[in-house]
Amino acid sequence: MGQVQNHFDEMLLDNDSAREPYEGFYKWFCGEDLKGLNRMSAQAEAFFRRIGITFAVYGQKEADERLIPFDVVPRIISAREWSRLERGIEQRVRAINAFLHDIYHRQEILRAGRLPPEIIAGNSAFLPEMVGVNPPGGVYTHIVGVDLVRTGEDEFFVLEDNARTPSGVSYMLENRETMLQMFPELFTQLKVRPVSAYPQMLRRSLSECAPAGSPNHRPVIAVLTPGIHNSAYFEHAFIADQMGAELVESADLRIEDGRVAMRTTRGYQPIDVIYRRVDDDYLDPLTFKPESLLGVPGIMDVYRAGNITIANAPGTGIADDKALYSYMPDIVEFYTGETAILKNVPTWRCSEPDSLAYVLEHITELVVKEVHGSGGYGMLIGPLASKKEIASFISKLKTRPGNYIAQPTLSLSTVPILTKAGLAPRHVDLRPFVLVSPNRIQMPPGGLTRVALKKGSLVVNSSQGGGTKDTWVLGE
Amino acid sequence: MLGKTAGGLFWMFRYLERAENTARLLEAGWRIALTRSSDASNEWQSILTTAGMLALYDEKNDGYDAARVMDFLLRDKSNPSSVMNLIELARNNARTVRTALSSEVWEATNECWMSLKTALARPVTERNMHDTLMIIRNRTSVVRGALHGTMLRNDIYAFSRLGTFIERAGSTARILDVKYYVLLPSATFVGSTIDNAQWEVILRSVSAERSYNWLNPGETSAKGIAEFLILDKRMPRSLAFCSSEISRYLKYLEAEYGICQESQLQAQQICEVLDGSSIQTIFENGLHEFLGVFIAESGKLSNDIETDFRFYG
Repeated sequence: MGQVQNHFDEMLLDNDSAREPYEGFYKWFCGEDLKGLNRMSAQAEAFFRRIGITFAVYGQKEADERLIPFDVVPRIISAREWSRLERGIEQRVRAINAFLHDIYHRQEILRAGRLPPEIIAGNSAFLPEMVGVNPPGGVYTHIVGVDLVRTGEDEFFVLEDNARTPSGVSYMLENRETMLQMFPELFTQLKVRPVSAYPQMLRRSLSECAPAGSPNHRPVIAVLTPGIHNSAYFEHAFIADQMGAELVESADLRIEDGRVAMRTTRGYQPIDVIYRRVDDDYLDPLTFKPESLLGVPGIMDVYRAGNITIANAPGTGIADDKALYSYMPDIVEFYTGETAILKNVPTWRCSEPDSLAYVLEHITELVVKEVHGSGGYGMLIGPLASKKEIASFISKLKTRPGNYIAQPTLSLSTVPILTKAGLAPRHVDLRPFVLVSPNRIQMPPGGLTRVALKKGSLVVNSSQGGGTKDTWVLGE
Repeated sequence: MLGKTAGGLFWMFRYLERAENTARLLEAGWRIALTRSSDASNEWQSILTTAGMLALYDEKNDGYDAARVMDFLLRDKSNPSSVMNLIELARNNARTVRTALSSEVWEATNECWMSLKTALARPVTERNMHDTLMIIRNRTSVVRGALHGTMLRNDIYAFSRLGTFIERAGSTARILDVKYYVLLPSATFVGSTIDNAQWEVILRSVSAERSYNWLNPGETSAKGIAEFLILDKRMPRSLAFCSSEISRYLKYLEAEYGICQESQLQAQQICEVLDGSSIQTIFENGLHEFLGVFIAESGKLSNDIETDFRFYG
């Protein structure tokens, strides 16, 4: 395990031929001079700095604005591959919404015995405040980021369903803009499907979810950000700007006449849809964390009365909780009546004694994850871990087995990155961005490809040295 | 539009204008330092007074030499009105109001900040003083150019321009007031020909040496310069010009929002005072007194704008 050459490479078949989706790109690449490409790559960084696609790093004074590294070699997906992924993602997201509606209403899935009740009852991601609440339009997850990994020609797995507030879409859009500026000839030669319509799709999709009875003649949408010091502030401003929505903070909002309203230069104006980039806990100090300064006191009352759309709905975290992950194939089947098109990674639930025994015995081959961890933290990658790390995880597993799940170490696919010495394979994942409205489920072709820049590394998170690539879906 | 956004724009353009004005003051001071054989320390002191930074400077320094004053006004972190701090504030505001700006304005502001961060990373030497001041003027001009060329003429534009002209009017008034107060303490001097270097400083501080001479060939009197900077509506940094622009944008907002508020009345009144004044009467009643009233009324106007348009919660 861990040997890069054993992994499925999405571009190269051998030293001088490329897989079919990459043929056009590879031919172009072979005609380019390596030094020139490396120079372009450095220019891309200057471009990102100029337009300000930076993220803040907490607690670092001078170098407090960083770039997420961008690699100029695109990740390419064929039309055939994409259409299958698209169907699989749509099915999964449809099931997630049906599940959320059910779990906050009649809980049929528990009555049918398809999900153990304690997995919901004892779960902090389940919000009792949402029981019986009907979100406008019946939509729970307006935006979902489904993290996919690949291990072979036809082997795609869902690693995680980000059903709360998935981030990264600004990188999808800006990566493409950067590539268009740097290598226009590639886009005239190859049929790359555009992603630039995403902000308009998002606007339309959110508008379709607006509550009935609004005094506005057109739905008013606002993006709620924790503020300029948040690490993802750039993305919040970018999305608001691109879709023509107001970018608001807690201090701009209050409840007036039973609606959420923002302070404008002409007085308070009601809002219909809030695309919030603050966590559930901070949304309403009257309902959740009382010390929160990021939310709007009383917004949950307005929500319960059906007078504001909150995207995503509070309480959607129960759907992407790691404790529920292993049940996703059942959930898809229960609500859609179909077999899941996209595979789950096989998962051992350490709460079950037999599984725990297996995991303890095979820990050096497995990835062990904390049920509530995220961002690549609280995780053990068995084959790469030191003896000391393994010992500490074994004792954690024995003390609180229910807090962990384990999965086989997948042989993740690679896509080359550009280095000074030429192409070098690195592991990647893919996060498509899926929009849900009462009328449709849609997604721009592709999504965000994250790449582990360190040789052999399986961690693609930007907080831990990951970078991004432009993602191309080819036309028919 | 959000009240917070209007406030963010207003102050963003006040900061940019203030940075530019500081650079102009320094250019004028630097010029004097280079062309005068005698001690220029009075000049640096009056520049600090004009920038409103004399007290803070005195807390940290003894004496007024070019290098120290320049460093203090350009890059001192402890000086909230140093050019670097102002540009940083302007850029932070631009980030806050990002959705109200065209991408060209945002990028110009961001690039302005990036190039000054590099240019002002180390103390400015005599050798590169000229280039550094040029960078400040060029970069802020690009922001203004992007604003003119790419922004819709709506309330967003109006609040940006209001910030610019409120700041500029205050700056011109202070330049005149400091020079009057420091250099012409006795009323008997008023009206007499003043020393070449002094009028040169005043006109250079507002980048108007050439235009003044072009309009008034051979006539350089305190009165002529005061009239030019206070009442001449052709001069884009004069009090009359700035005030009529302020009034124009506030009238636009009045028509657009369908409501006349305190700020509109206040701006109207300031314009009426200027329109009803001649340089004769201003000098008779006291230039210093006149400027003092103008500065106070402008301060009130700025507060009225903040309240009327709900900048803060």
